Amino acid sequence: MSASANDEKLSPDFHVAHHFDTADQQFDSARMGIWLFLVTEILFFGGLFCAFFIYRSWYFSSFVEAHHHLDKVMGAVNTCVLIFSSLTMALAVRSAQVNDKAKTVGFLIVTILCAFGFLVVKYFEYQHKIHDGLLPGVHFTAQGFSSPHPGTFFAVYFMMTGIHGLHVIIGIGLILWILLRAQRGDFSARYYAPVEGVGLYWHLVDLVWIYLFPLLYLVG
Amino acid sequence: MAQGVAVPGTHEDHPSPKAKNYINAEAGVWSWLTTVDHKRIGLMYLVSTLIAFALGGFFAILVRLELLTPKKTFMSGHMYNQAFTLHGAIMVFLFIIPSVPGALGNFLLPIMVGAKDVAFPKLNLMSLYLYWIGALFTLSSLVLGGLETGWTFYVPYSSTTGGAVIAVTFGVFVMGFSSILTGLNFVVTIHKLRAPGMGWFRLPLFLWATYATSLVQILATPVLAITLLLLLFEKAFQIGIFDPKLGGDPVLFQHFFWFYSHPAVYIMILPGFGIASELIAVHAHRKVFGYRAIAFSSVAIALIGFLVWGHHMFVSGQSELASTIFSALTFLVAVPTGIKMFNWISTLWRSSIAWTTPMAYAAAFLFLFAIGGLTGLFCGMLGTDMHIHDTYFVVAHFHYVMMGGTVVAFVGGLHHWWPKMTGKMYSDKLGKLSALLLFVGFNATFFPQFILGSRGMPRRYYNYLDQFQPLHQFSTVGSWIIGLAFLVALYNLLDSLKNGADAPDNPWGGLSLEWQTATPPPTENFPVTPRVTHGPYDYSDDRNATGASDS
Amino acid sequence: MMTAPKIDIDSFWLPKATSTLAGQVDSAWNIVLYTCIVFFLLLMVPTGYFLMKYRRKKEGEVTSAIDHSTTIEVVWTTIPLGVLVVLFFVGLTPWVSAKVAPAGALEINVTAKKWNWSFQYPDGTVSAGKLIVPKGKPVKLTLSSVDVIHSFYVPEFRIKQDAVPGLYTSLWFEATEIKDLTVLCTEYCGNADPCPKDESIPCGHSDMLATVSVLDETKFKEWLETGGEDKSTPPAERGKALFASWGCATCHSLDGSKATGPTMKGLFGRKEELADGSTVSVDENYLRESILVPTAKQVKGFPLVMPTFQGQLKPSQVDALIAFLKEQK
Ligand code: HEA
Ligand code: HEA
Ligand code: HEC
Ligand code: CUA
Ligand SMILES: [Cu+2]
Repeated sequence: MSASANDEKLSPDFHVAHHFDTADQQFDSARMGIWLFLVTEILFFGGLFCAFFIYRSWYFSSFVEAHHHLDKVMGAVNTCVLIFSSLTMALAVRSAQVNDKAKTVGFLIVTILCAFGFLVVKYFEYQHKIHDGLLPGVHFTAQGFSSPHPGTFFAVYFMMTGIHGLHVIIGIGLILWILLRAQRGDFSARYYAPVEGVGLYWHLVDLVWIYLFPLLYLVG
Repeated sequence: MAQGVAVPGTHEDHPSPKAKNYINAEAGVWSWLTTVDHKRIGLMYLVSTLIAFALGGFFAILVRLELLTPKKTFMSGHMYNQAFTLHGAIMVFLFIIPSVPGALGNFLLPIMVGAKDVAFPKLNLMSLYLYWIGALFTLSSLVLGGLETGWTFYVPYSSTTGGAVIAVTFGVFVMGFSSILTGLNFVVTIHKLRAPGMGWFRLPLFLWATYATSLVQILATPVLAITLLLLLFEKAFQIGIFDPKLGGDPVLFQHFFWFYSHPAVYIMILPGFGIASELIAVHAHRKVFGYRAIAFSSVAIALIGFLVWGHHMFVSGQSELASTIFSALTFLVAVPTGIKMFNWISTLWRSSIAWTTPMAYAAAFLFLFAIGGLTGLFCGMLGTDMHIHDTYFVVAHFHYVMMGGTVVAFVGGLHHWWPKMTGKMYSDKLGKLSALLLFVGFNATFFPQFILGSRGMPRRYYNYLDQFQPLHQFSTVGSWIIGLAFLVALYNLLDSLKNGADAPDNPWGGLSLEWQTATPPPTENFPVTPRVTHGPYDYSDDRNATGASDS
Repeated sequence: MMTAPKIDIDSFWLPKATSTLAGQVDSAWNIVLYTCIVFFLLLMVPTGYFLMKYRRKKEGEVTSAIDHSTTIEVVWTTIPLGVLVVLFFVGLTPWVSAKVAPAGALEINVTAKKWNWSFQYPDGTVSAGKLIVPKGKPVKLTLSSVDVIHSFYVPEFRIKQDAVPGLYTSLWFEATEIKDLTVLCTEYCGNADPCPKDESIPCGHSDMLATVSVLDETKFKEWLETGGEDKSTPPAERGKALFASWGCATCHSLDGSKATGPTMKGLFGRKEELADGSTVSVDENYLRESILVPTAKQVKGFPLVMPTFQGQLKPSQVDALIAFLKEQK
């Protein structure tokens, strides 16, 4: 919290908000806020993971049977896409830290493209499931399952991947926002907190998928 | 600027000159709706949550009126179900959870740590807007066919019944985010924005309690969010996650719900504990006995509170082993709570108690919360809960803790900080009268409910066996006295705005930072960032040092 | 609401104890009650005393600077902790007894639905709204629900258990006195809107009552052998009672108004239009079939939601119902 002597390294447009004493204090606060937010996200998904494990232990055979209806290839492709986008996101943060505006912008664009790619693949997966009558609950019309309640697996599947997909969409919005700000030259070696924050969020979205993929597609 | 000890009423100090303060700094509705000043946001929370309280109270009066006689008194069973559901849902989600953190927490927390604002002022305003949006969705049920699920939304009843289940679950979902963001803001503010010299153990106990509350808000509310989202999808699309006909598990819903809603009862009571600590210390002018014990017990309650949710489900069909473990853990919460009670009472020992309105509320709080907490043990015991679960005994228990505990503390706190917030003094006589009426009316309303419940009167009953009528009537009459008490309090506070004397900076002789700044505080709270050199309750030492505080 | 026996209260707090378990629960109750009274006094007596004794008499009184004592903190942490551990075990004991039914208990299946209870005995006898049990013999109930969650509560037995759709739960008791007791539903299960005109028909959660009749063992045996029928009342009157207790009235009115199902007024002898376009004239056979195989002929304009009563109603009960329906002119 000590007063910082290198405020002059901030971009000229940057002001310490009135209620902070120093820029360091402001950055520290922002960083802590982001981390706390990520904790709430983890708990949010945690509830879904609990539901997954509970129903899986109840209806083990039907989960195993149902998970064969997921497209492992598409899932794997999407996993690669997201991991790659996490890398580009990390590189974007790095570039912001070293004041390389062009690269920051470039990496952010790649990240957004990956996110869109992910959604496109997801769209085809969903379309396929709907076509096969694999929507959960009363909409479940698929035939030929030998175990009871295969719909439950798809209820969990659609809720988990759907909420994850929503996070991807929100992520696109956030990345777009920092992309525009980066373009405008808001960030510098002294001020890159928003890039870092959105980056952390994006890593979390990626991380959740890294759990979802093996659990839903591979293990069942 | 400040003095050690002051007498209410007979204060000699000049009231602070009508300088610029947070209220008159800017004018116009727009300046309020776009403000990022935590004090203005706090005030807006105060008004909003009190309106919600009045609405919830209105439904409570309707519920009690209907129970005047068995069978129909004046409304149908269908309407009765809506009345108690809205009563419970409004009181919990629109009033008691956001009220103390949103109103008093927002107003006081930055001042008490010596900061100019919370860490994220814009986010703070957004919390308020989310609260409003969520509240509107919830209240839209009034015109969208009502809600009759009970505040607990148990499936499959809630997923198969009519009414505005979707609008309300969405509303509560949105308010959940408001709650999360407020908690997040407070935690970061306490960690990062404390003034020089404001060590952790110089934080007023209200802040320790708020800190613990915020932790619960951050850690529990996301689970409520996901639960409500699943319920919403279940209701809208019948995805079969909770519907037993489609392979879902209704008991799982209860686990999810109480995983939030038990910790939520500590979101409700911890701020009340914090207020009680302030009221007792300041109006008794004594160093708090066991400061650290009280501070840490708040955190302990918050953490243990996460492990006991299953005590709402002893007869639900959850496994017997689970019930046994949850019962055992439930008793653990009583230990830190007891520590608080014992330390508060010891703080009264060899103190100098001023019988002001806030002190009267604090005394009522100690009495009522003791009953509420102790009767929680009857519920936590497996064998006895089997008998009293879902009877009026439980209803009485939770009104004693929520209304007798939190609401009484909140209203006491409101009287305590009212001069600081508004710059006006109210009538201490009327204030004490309202406290007395509330105390009498409250016990008359809810004590009979313990007897009703233990004798086998189930809750959420529109119709009841004739033999229960006398006790129900007694309770209903009691509810009118409560109503009267609040009308007196409301009149007293509103009247002070027009006719009250200007309040001095420090009417009670408090030592924490909020009493060291002007009344009402200026927008930036302190002209210069204060440097803290003593604890918030150093009454004895302070006296020897002639009482001058050096902020 | 169905007429329900009064709950006998013989102490300030609790109803009369009339099961073997109730005594155990009551001792636990008394222990926690007195413990809490002691702790309440321990808190409130000093509070009251301090509040009076240390009232501020003049400004600037010197207050104590003693701000903590580790010893005393330890004392009021460990003593309550010890007491609470004891209380946990005190509460556990009756619970364990309640959860473990003795071998050889009489097993009865309980089905809950909005808003009535029915009880099925091992020999197939079904009794609606009335649970008949022998005195002094353990009875084990297995609960289930066909719609939402309900809860089976008998205050004088001190037992309670939720009936959850899709799940079987159980509880047991042994009655110690010959008398009629009230069963209450303690899990909120909604209300009909509007209520049926006839007030004897349950309309919601608070009307979802039943009776436990404790008989001595020989009377109980007799009852079970005759299937619980009282042959002396005329069939149409028995039919009326069955119509209410089996929940027919929740879907069928007797006054001509339309509800979930068609009205029973003027039913007998009328020409009924079916969903497939054909018509039937309503006679005894049609009525019998409608009750036992409701899906066989679907009345036009109504959904196929009526449950079958095959295997639940005894032939004599179906006869009684038909006699009653014939009278609805
Ligand atoms: C402000 C809210 C609040 C608070 C603080 C509490 C506090 C406690 N509650 Fe309560 N409770 C509710 C709100 C609250 N509750 C609500 C809303 C419901 C019903 C929800 C619904 O179904 O709609 C409920 C229901 C409820 C149940 C479920 C009952 C049922 O449905 O069958 C149980 C069961 O264990 C329980 C237990 C407890 C316990 C053990 C405490 C403890 O924290 C109390 C601890 C305090 C003390 C014990 C007093 C002081 C301690 C001492 C002096 C120490 C020494 C004492 C001894 C050694 C005896 N509560
Ligand atoms: C904070 C929580 C809270 C509060 C304060 C109250 C307050 C009251 N409650 Fe309620 N109650 C609940 C939470 C609360 N309740 C919950 C969660 C349920 C369960 C619902 C369910 O089963 O789903 C419940 C259920 C419940 C029932 C059981 C219904 C049933 O099971 O069938 C009853 C019955 O008597 C009741 C009565 C009352 C009464 C008479 C008050 C009175 O104390 C109210 C008095 C208040 C007023 C009369 C308002 C007056 C206000 C003003 C005039 C303005 C205020 C201004 C200032 C303070 C300055 N409540
Ligand atoms: C859940 C609602 C429900 C319950 C409970 C119910 N019914 Fe019905 N009943 C219906 C509906 C809907 C129809 C019309 C559709 C059909 O023919 O199945 C119907 C049809 C009938 C008919 C044929 C009526 C006609 O107009 O031809 C008879 C007779 C009848 N029910 C008798 C009974 C009796 C006796 C009971 C109780 C023992 C009972 N029902 C319980 C819903 C119910
Ligand atoms: Cu069935 Cu309440
Ligand atoms: Cu609880």
